[in-house]
Amino acid sequence: MSQPVLEVKQLRKSYGSEVVLEDISFSVPVHTATVFIGSSGSGKSTLLRCINLLDQIDDGSIVLDGEDITAVDADVDKVRRKLGIVFQSFNLFPHMKVIDNITLAPMKVQGISKEAARENAYKLLDRFGLHDKAENYPDRLSGGQQQRVAIIRSIAVAPRLLLLDEITSALDPVLVNEVLSTVRDLKIEGMTMVLATHEMGFAKQVADEVCFLHHGKILEWGSPAQILEAPAQAETKEFLKRVHEAGRL
Amino acid sequence: MGRPSESDSGAAPYDFGGEWVPSQLEIARRAARKSRNIRNSIIAVVSSIVVIGGLALIAVTSPGWKSLSDTFFAWAYGVEVLPKIILGFGTNVTLTLIASTCVAILGLSIALVRTSRSPALAPFRILATLYVDIFRGIPMLLVILLVGFGIPALRIQGLTNNVLILGTIAVIITYTAYVAEVIRSGILTIHPSQRAAARSLGLSHFQSLRYVVLPQAFRRVTPPLLNDLVALIKDTGLVSILGVTDAVRAAQIASSRSFNYTPYVMAAIIFLLVTIPLTRFTDRTLRRSIERQNATGVA
Ligand SMILES: Nc1ncnc2c1ncn2[C@@H]1O[C@H](COP(=O)(O)OP(=O)(O)OP(=O)(O)O)[C@@H](O)[C@H]1O
Ligand SMILES: [Mg+2]
Repeated sequence: MSQPVLEVKQLRKSYGSEVVLEDISFSVPVHTATVFIGSSGSGKSTLLRCINLLDQIDDGSIVLDGEDITAVDADVDKVRRKLGIVFQSFNLFPHMKVIDNITLAPMKVQGISKEAARENAYKLLDRFGLHDKAENYPDRLSGGQQQRVAIIRSIAVAPRLLLLDEITSALDPVLVNEVLSTVRDLKIEGMTMVLATHEMGFAKQVADEVCFLHHGKILEWGSPAQILEAPAQAETKEFLKRVHEAGRL
Repeated sequence: MGRPSESDSGAAPYDFGGEWVPSQLEIARRAARKSRNIRNSIIAVVSSIVVIGGLALIAVTSPGWKSLSDTFFAWAYGVEVLPKIILGFGTNVTLTLIASTCVAILGLSIALVRTSRSPALAPFRILATLYVDIFRGIPMLLVILLVGFGIPALRIQGLTNNVLILGTIAVIITYTAYVAEVIRSGILTIHPSQRAAARSLGLSHFQSLRYVVLPQAFRRVTPPLLNDLVALIKDTGLVSILGVTDAVRAAQIASSRSFNYTPYVMAAIIFLLVTIPLTRFTDRTLRRSIERQNATGVA
């Protein structure tokens, strides 16, 4: 077995006196997807922000490709170049056209020529059916299209690991599917991913491992079938029951 | 505008089966709307003529009109002194160009220092805050007097006594404080998630600022900055107090020679010829920027 892309060891994170994440350990092998589920406020977003070094951790370590990115001498900018993150609220740059949103990082961070960056961006837009939106500004796109552009923007730098934080929760139900199918395509192509989601059906489809986060702790983990269909813990059962009740019937 | 064929969302989701023909109801609605618009325009024009014409008539027929127009609107004399005033206005224009360039650079620098969080810049942050607080709170005339008369009084070798340069410096000092605040407020209105998105793509702190935060901030502060530019043009007239021969000073010289105030009116007109178009332009920019923000604000 080769070395995992990501390894989180005994991570702890608190905001002031409130402990948000405690004793979080898991690893993500290459070409696999790890999905975090759990109720609102359980710490999913915080975990992804910590992995991306947008938040500082209190204890433990995060190892990316065998390198401890939480070490004192870690180069934050260099680490972020290996990671892509897509937020719940898209966060496209509103003053740039779609194509410029996508080519900014390849050009400025990786030093790729404008022509090559645009060519690659068009290839990605093509593949996800957004070719004709390249010259539009983000506010002319639907929510689903904006989120797909955000995904393309984050994979245009060819990250080692993609972090997706509830990327469909700000979308109309009808727009959710186009975004999820984009993620499924990425999975098939072998992208290594860590996701937080409320979509259990989707989790079942893409996850290699599902972790149930409860009050900042991983209460239970395992294959999608195991966690989503035959959970062992009472809290997991309770959570899944509530999701099904609130779920899109 | 309501034509579905105008939507540019790629493939048309519905096929309306050829040209759309407005219904009888819609045609009637449009006719009613049109006649209402025409009636509104006529009312506006007539009432404007009556009110403004009436006011003009009252002014012209009043007993004081003769002496008023002799004192302020002696056009023949005005045209005679116009070349001198225009020449003086050249100074105002030059001063505006130089000052606005310097103010833009210095204002941006101070705004960046004030919004940075780097510990190394802490002392500069304090100084910048102090500077802005002080020079936003003093009348500009005082700054002009302090710099224009105060610095020559120091009699320091190598320091200029040129009142034009000193006046320009005073204007720059004051306006930099205003503009720095405007730019800073623009930077602060950009949501932190934009910076987070840029940083997570691997852009450095400086690159995030340069490509993501500042372009958006500048768009938001363009209208207030244009307002400041109009104010700056007018305020360059204040340096005349140092003896700089600008449009105001040229008018003052001409007026004191003849005891007629038409030169001041001429100077005012010249200022208006520049400031009114700029003010209209500012209004338009503001309206567009509000429209744009409303459009994106929904997302
Ligand atoms: N910047 C912050 N300062 C203080 N507390 C915070 C901060 N960010 C998050 N928290 C707290 O951390 C906890 C976990 O938040 P987080 O956003 O990670 O939850 P989540 O699992 O992503 O929830 P959701 O499903 O609603 O997105 C919450 O109790 C929240 O109040
Ligand atoms: Mg969250």
